Amino acid sequence: MPENESVPVPAPAADRDPRLLTADATGHPAAAGASRAAAGGSPGAGSVSVLEVKSLRKEFGDLVAVDDATFSIEPGRSLAIVGESGSGKTTIARMLVGLERATRGTITACGRDRSRPARSARDRRRRGREIQIVFQDPYTSLDPRQTAERAVDEILRLHHGWEADRRQARIEQLIELVGLDSRQARALPRALSGGQRQRVAIARALAAEPQILILDESVAALDVSIQAQVLNLLADIRDETTVSYILISHDLAVVRQLTDDAIVMHRGKLVERGLTAQVLDDPQHPYTQRLRASVPRPGWKPTRRQLVPAGPADPEDKAEQKGEPVD
Amino acid sequence: MSTAVGVPSGRVQARTRSGSLGVLRSTGFAGIASAVVIAVATVLAVFGPLVAPYNPDLPSLGQAFIGPAGGHLLGFDFEGRDVLSRLLAGAQSSMIGPLAVVVGAMVLGTLIAVVAAWRQGPADTVISSGLDILFAFPGILLAVLAAAIFGAGLTAASVALAIAYMPYVARVLRGAALRERGQPYVAALEVQGASGTSICLRHIIPNMLPLIVAQATIMFGWAMVDLAAISFLGLGVQPPTPNWGVMISENEPGILQGYPLPALAAGLCIVGVVIAFNVLGERLFEQAQRVSR
Amino acid sequence: MSTDPLLSVSDLTVLLPVEGEQRAVLRDVSLDIRAGEAVGLVGESGSGKSMTARAIDRLLPKGAQVHGQIRLRDSDVMTLAGSQLRSYRNQVAMIFQDPRAHVNPVRRIGDFMTEALRTNLGVSPADAAHRAADMLAQVGIEDARRRLHQYPHELSGGMLQRVMIAAALLTEPALLLADEPTTALDVTTQAEVMAIMDELRHQYGLAMLFITHDLELAAAICDRTIVMYAGQVVEVRRSELLHSDPLHPYTAALAAARPDIGSKAARLQAIPGRPLSAFEAPAHECAFAPRCPYAQDACRDGVPPLIDLDGGLSRCLRVGELRGQLEAAHA
Repeated sequence: MPENESVPVPAPAADRDPRLLTADATGHPAAAGASRAAAGGSPGAGSVSVLEVKSLRKEFGDLVAVDDATFSIEPGRSLAIVGESGSGKTTIARMLVGLERATRGTITACGRDRSRPARSARDRRRRGREIQIVFQDPYTSLDPRQTAERAVDEILRLHHGWEADRRQARIEQLIELVGLDSRQARALPRALSGGQRQRVAIARALAAEPQILILDESVAALDVSIQAQVLNLLADIRDETTVSYILISHDLAVVRQLTDDAIVMHRGKLVERGLTAQVLDDPQHPYTQRLRASVPRPGWKPTRRQLVPAGPADPEDKAEQKGEPVD
Repeated sequence: MSTAVGVPSGRVQARTRSGSLGVLRSTGFAGIASAVVIAVATVLAVFGPLVAPYNPDLPSLGQAFIGPAGGHLLGFDFEGRDVLSRLLAGAQSSMIGPLAVVVGAMVLGTLIAVVAAWRQGPADTVISSGLDILFAFPGILLAVLAAAIFGAGLTAASVALAIAYMPYVARVLRGAALRERGQPYVAALEVQGASGTSICLRHIIPNMLPLIVAQATIMFGWAMVDLAAISFLGLGVQPPTPNWGVMISENEPGILQGYPLPALAAGLCIVGVVIAFNVLGERLFEQAQRVSR
Repeated sequence: MSTDPLLSVSDLTVLLPVEGEQRAVLRDVSLDIRAGEAVGLVGESGSGKSMTARAIDRLLPKGAQVHGQIRLRDSDVMTLAGSQLRSYRNQVAMIFQDPRAHVNPVRRIGDFMTEALRTNLGVSPADAAHRAADMLAQVGIEDARRRLHQYPHELSGGMLQRVMIAAALLTEPALLLADEPTTALDVTTQAEVMAIMDELRHQYGLAMLFITHDLELAAAICDRTIVMYAGQVVEVRRSELLHSDPLHPYTAALAAARPDIGSKAARLQAIPGRPLSAFEAPAHECAFAPRCPYAQDACRDGVPPLIDLDGGLSRCLRVGELRGQLEAAHA
């Protein structure tokens, strides 16, 4: 398929300056060698970003999961990575925390490179204090044999050379911060509900005192009334600490509630970026527009895409029908 | 909220039985009965020589192959020794061998399984093919070989069997270790910077423990049969040490002479203990599978 | 309301054995679905929404204790057995959240789709295959003939869910029970699957019970919406009024707890506590009272009845005085 169609670039790139996270919209350094500059924008020179990702690429065999992603986070701001399944958003998260290795590109957190595997145990732990993650499924993200207290304690031992008293005090602080009581803190995961387990996972991640906390669909599996509690909790934590969030999500309402900036991923490519409010209120890229239009709301009428004369074979259908044998 | 079928997912099953007593209770009557048999055999393995009513090693050829008489409930063997006393004293050598085999095979197998699952990729491939090659050697054959090289005896036989059993252990546990390795909580610990060794020792292996115990229990039964066979062949425990396998072999002439009791009694001891281990092991295995879904 | 309901459930109570105890998962659930009507059934974990659908399709687990009545037109659903039950299930088709868990992975799509036609309705294999291909085309699957020869694993989740819808429609049912059919799908795929269901439903005059946790989705595509909490129906409301004029504090709280895609709230109005199952909730008072900001002593004197108000129903004693304030609280 022709390159310029697979990455529809809203024509007047210069007009989109305000949508870029950083001032410099000149695109990639020539070295990147890629012609697709849709989501260009290298980090501005002056500001010290807490995270800088440049030309990140990840291949799994023939599949390009992430193609040339560049973005950064300024201190105190929170970023949403929006996309659906297969968009590459989770792969980015896994590369950021070091669970996957990037095929190409660089990741710099707190001024230190983390694109290559850590060389020493110390280095690994230091990275743990830079970026932490909370996963989606509250039922599998805790060791079933470990109470909340012990899970947090293990992390405190790992990172800080504190004595038992100081650790215990910090455990109590963290448990209170995430809104659990002392009985729940001493319970095994199986005695806790989904929302409570997710709070434990948040406390465990915060025990490392990270600069960046990745929330990988962390509220997606929760009931609506519990989801609101956890979202409020996350907002409180941000007010009380200096942590920046990266929210990986397909849920645009949650994205609106929790983040300042947003990037939209579609089939491995970054197709739109800007302030969250602007991206959601006035989406520019056709995919973002379709995503926005697919969200149910009062008076919403779902429409079938095929029935809309949308020009030659929409690549979407191919994507959805992937897995079909090529014959 | 995905699988909100009304029957709560995790929370209500919360009161799963904890503690080994609870686990045992949930294995049902057969499980408990098996545990009792195993407990008795274990007690005898420790105190058997003390409770034996007569000296198990004292021959009295005049009484060879005489049936139950006087205080001798099971009569006398081919050398005129008290059969009951030899059975009680023989529990020790009959149980200690399988124990050594199981401990050896489980430790080795668990380590190899966890290393393969943690490393994945090429290391896993190499380990798995290595195990496949080891599978080709039957335990008994390996034990005969070991006896030929190191001389007959319980130690050589036990080491050989432990090595022969290890691939079975590793194969079963590798699956469990891989499943555990893929859990998000393990990823969370990796992201924290915890070392692979500590994650494996403090999280992955403890979570595999129910399966490890079940596997060890089943394996104990196999080891007992195999060691009895090896002793029967004269390559394991050496007479005159009392041992159930040896007792079958040395009293074999009695079967032909119409006096099968000593061999039969030793055989029944082996069968009883092996069945008990198998039944309990299977029950524990089913339970471990249920818990891990 | 002039016509008799197609399906009517009255005073349905279901108890399930949990750890050797019979525990209530549904309490006195009553609902009507008229021919051609789309009814939403909304609730959180433990609300009993899926259990209601399973009870209607007679899919409750063994050991379930069921009281109450379910009628399809004139027949008593609870007493059906054998071929009658099969023919009932052809009239009341069910679509599940996870299509992959409900197809046999080693059977071809075509065999799966035409099974009911061939075995229950005596349609010839050639004719059945023809109808199946036709229906696949209607749910927007191209190259339908070839799809019939494919296996489930060769299709994406969205595709497979369309196949399930097509298969459900093949027996020309009168009622579709859709249990979170789009929850596992991407948002854009959800929009498409919903569009297809909506279109075909109108085309075939099909009634639908649409089970979801998503109040906005239910409100958007259903004529009426039933809100459940702790195994009880707490509100029945015309969908377009659900957000603007809710009749039960729980409905209002649920709507207010959801973040708004159009604006960022300083704080979401979370509901304290967690959603309860029927057997965890207080049995002899308003089940929502422990989490309700409007609860008074009277709310704890007994289970409130469903109060009829302006064409809607609310299980709230204070509905008369609270009406109007509920929405204001969230805006």
